[in-house]
Amino acid sequence: MNVSLILILLLVGAIATYLAGDKLASKVALFFSLASLGGSIVLLNHFNLGENISFISQWINKPNISFALKADGLAIALLLLTTALTPLIIYSSFSTTYKNAKAFYALVLFMSFALVGTFLAADGLLYYIFWELSLIPIYFIALIWGNGDLEERKKAVVKFFIYTLAGSLFMLVSFVYLYQKAGSLLVDDLYKLNLTEAEQCWIFLAFLAAYAIKIPLIPFHTWQANVYQKAPTTGTMLLSGIMLKMGLYSIIRWQLPIAPLAAKEYMDVLIGLGIAGVIYGSIVALRQADLKKLLAYSSLAHVGLIAAGTYTLTLDGLRGSVLQMVAHGFIVVGLFFVAEIIFRRYETRVISEMGGIRTQSPKLTSLFLLIVLASIALPSTLNFVGEFTLLYSLSEINIWYALLGGSTLILGAYYMLKMFQYVMLGETNSRIFKDITFNEGFTLVIVVAVLFVFGMYPKPIVDLITPSLENILTQINRFN
Amino acid sequence: MNTLIAIIGLGVLCLLFEILNFRKAIIPITILGLLAVLGLTVSEFNSTEAYYNNMLVVSKFSVAFSSLFIVLTIFLVALSHNFYENHPAKISDFIAIKIFMLAGSVAMVSFGNLAMFFLGIEILSISLYVLAASDRLSLKSNEAGMKYFLMGSFASGILLFGICLIYGAMGTFDIAEISELSRSAELPVWFTIGIILVTIGMFFKIAAVPFHFWAPDVYEGSPALTTATMSTLAKVVAMATLYKLLTTMNADISYPFQIVIVVISMASMTVGNIMALRQTNVKRMLAFSGISHAGFMIMTLLSVSTSASSLLYYASAYSLAGIAAFSVILYVCKNRDNEDITNFHGLGKTNPLLAVILTGALLSMAGIPIFSGFFAKLILFDQTIKAGYLVLVIVAVVNSIISVGYYFKLILAMFAKESNEERTGTPFIIYAVAIIAIVLNIALGLYPSFVLDLLG
Repeated sequence: MNVSLILILLLVGAIATYLAGDKLASKVALFFSLASLGGSIVLLNHFNLGENISFISQWINKPNISFALKADGLAIALLLLTTALTPLIIYSSFSTTYKNAKAFYALVLFMSFALVGTFLAADGLLYYIFWELSLIPIYFIALIWGNGDLEERKKAVVKFFIYTLAGSLFMLVSFVYLYQKAGSLLVDDLYKLNLTEAEQCWIFLAFLAAYAIKIPLIPFHTWQANVYQKAPTTGTMLLSGIMLKMGLYSIIRWQLPIAPLAAKEYMDVLIGLGIAGVIYGSIVALRQADLKKLLAYSSLAHVGLIAAGTYTLTLDGLRGSVLQMVAHGFIVVGLFFVAEIIFRRYETRVISEMGGIRTQSPKLTSLFLLIVLASIALPSTLNFVGEFTLLYSLSEINIWYALLGGSTLILGAYYMLKMFQYVMLGETNSRIFKDITFNEGFTLVIVVAVLFVFGMYPKPIVDLITPSLENILTQINRFN
Repeated sequence: MNTLIAIIGLGVLCLLFEILNFRKAIIPITILGLLAVLGLTVSEFNSTEAYYNNMLVVSKFSVAFSSLFIVLTIFLVALSHNFYENHPAKISDFIAIKIFMLAGSVAMVSFGNLAMFFLGIEILSISLYVLAASDRLSLKSNEAGMKYFLMGSFASGILLFGICLIYGAMGTFDIAEISELSRSAELPVWFTIGIILVTIGMFFKIAAVPFHFWAPDVYEGSPALTTATMSTLAKVVAMATLYKLLTTMNADISYPFQIVIVVISMASMTVGNIMALRQTNVKRMLAFSGISHAGFMIMTLLSVSTSASSLLYYASAYSLAGIAAFSVILYVCKNRDNEDITNFHGLGKTNPLLAVILTGALLSMAGIPIFSGFFAKLILFDQTIKAGYLVLVIVAVVNSIISVGYYFKLILAMFAKESNEERTGTPFIIYAVAIIAIVLNIALGLYPSFVLDLLG
């Protein structure tokens, strides 16, 4: 039994969903995504028992490319995040009816397939292929099923596509260059390379072009808010919940260990960019009138902090970054889903047109409050664990970084609570707000439960990821 | 050798069918015949033999490329059924010309003597002139044929002049002897000039910048199936021949010549892509995209000793994607007087399968993974970096990004615009050709080794 099983499940699921027809599509998709979640939990068990669940086989002889999937703790954590969020995202869209649902859900599963592949791939080219493959489904999801004016949406989506593709082509060039040096693209062979500092700088920057756009880091973030706003909620959840973790994960897996000297060289600049993203995102979020855009900018702020922590090159930074990736994945799914729930009833995303929902739907109010509190890193939530570790790692480098980064907590608390106040509280809204359905409530309860359970007991995740992060850290420090 | 004879026999048979009034059976029988020829060709794969005093040399290179040409011709012949529905009386002429064109192509990649090479290229070109002007009541088609003929015969003249100079320098037409002589003694200057003139003639045939001016007009004016032929078969044939010419006659390409190739490659890519961005006619757009792909294929000339298989791979990937794209275009633009992008509006809703196939073909040309176009570019980049031209690769990468712009314009038109009219009819053959071509394209992407290991 090995990890290729999950990939096969998701791919077969995508085809089966398409063949199942419009009526059954969502259920078939849910079934296959749950099956892949079950599969990944079984694999986690095998992994914890010390079995080898990696998979490798020769693919192309010349150039020497293998179909290699490597499952260490880090990859498994992201694999679980993906396979846990996919059924949740599919389930959350049950009450929406999409035109041509079979194609829609097939694309969602295909996207999940590409994402899982990106997290597991241990060969540079295979990794690149999955990385690019994940772009195609999200492009069509946002283009065909998105909302708002078609012309504007087209512009936003095409910009997103060309932007991300442009970034990743530079990564491809550096992979080709690395292949010339190593004669193979297996990640372990690439770790062994002894590149000069100048080579490392070029490779580091080429990788950065791909990752900074995907994450996104300031100043490469301009595609983000528009696409989040225009995409259907399912697409936004996929993008913000899982897809931007691709960039962060890739920094840890590929960029830092392959070019550690450059990482040290540019450390201050990159931490600075990350923190600039925190401050910029928070300030812009303060001024947003559109709920989805506000959430997009708050996501920009959180992700900036994760990136800054990752580039500290400390064990705490890497660990905090992975913890926060998991927390952020669940939190944005929850937040965007609440925006969708309100949109289903009020047909608006403008904050000033909401308000007074509390008395009409106490259940939604309390669940939303818990999610908002988690997103501003209330102690006992997973976000707190993550952000605290990240800030601690920043303070190890320079206390000022931690202080500046910490401002995200205060600003975040301010605009999130203000948003909550305007959206939910106030005088009872004259328009009727139907109470949430079981489907909606259940999705939110799962999000809250995950965040609080792991917030109080993060040890399983920490134990899972720490050994692999320590390995990567020894690779990063191999030149000292 | 047997391949060539069999192909010409098949062409004559086509003409005979006309006399015997068997028109309906022409296409099925031709396809079966071509499949048999394909089998015959493949069976010759491991033999290296020379025929008629080295006039024709069958080698791995020639067999591999001939097989590709035969596969492409099968697709083109199959598409003819639907395309020439309105001209049933002339069907045997059109098919026979395509078969003779294939004979010319095979002669071009298996020549052992420059006379044979010239014969091959003339058979190919004259067939194309005829096909370009074949819609004889259409002004545009006549114009295209005339333009192509004038420019093409001029290029043939240059080519012939180059061959004469090479003969003057070496005293022989035989490729093997020329190769021998070019390595040993002091070379007279007109040998180099001859090589340059031959190269220019071939650059004209593959439409590389700055010899590309005929391509957009001719592509736009010709009947769509002829455009498909020119942009897939003819381009690939000319590229393979140029490669063979340069590798055999001029084994160690000198540094200034390499710089010229780099410049032409960069110019073709950039001009082709930037011009394509502005086009609204799909055939014209694909003409410019073809120019930029010619620029990519020219990159193989920088590492001639190792790049035969990557040229074969690139050519297969590009031409299969081209066949898939053109079969959809043939379906959409049937009975229309133009091929404007507006014809494709809403294809994603009215005919999702064909829209997906065209999307796949365009993604392959843009070099998105899992389609073989991606591996083709990757392997090309790998070899070019190895040969030491990092800058060229970076220009090529930037061009790949630009190309996404216009390929996606067409994809957007299919999926994000409302259709203006209903389309009826689901011609089986067009579906079959499109599906087989795109499946072959993806299969090459999944198992690149199959082609890449062929030529060692």
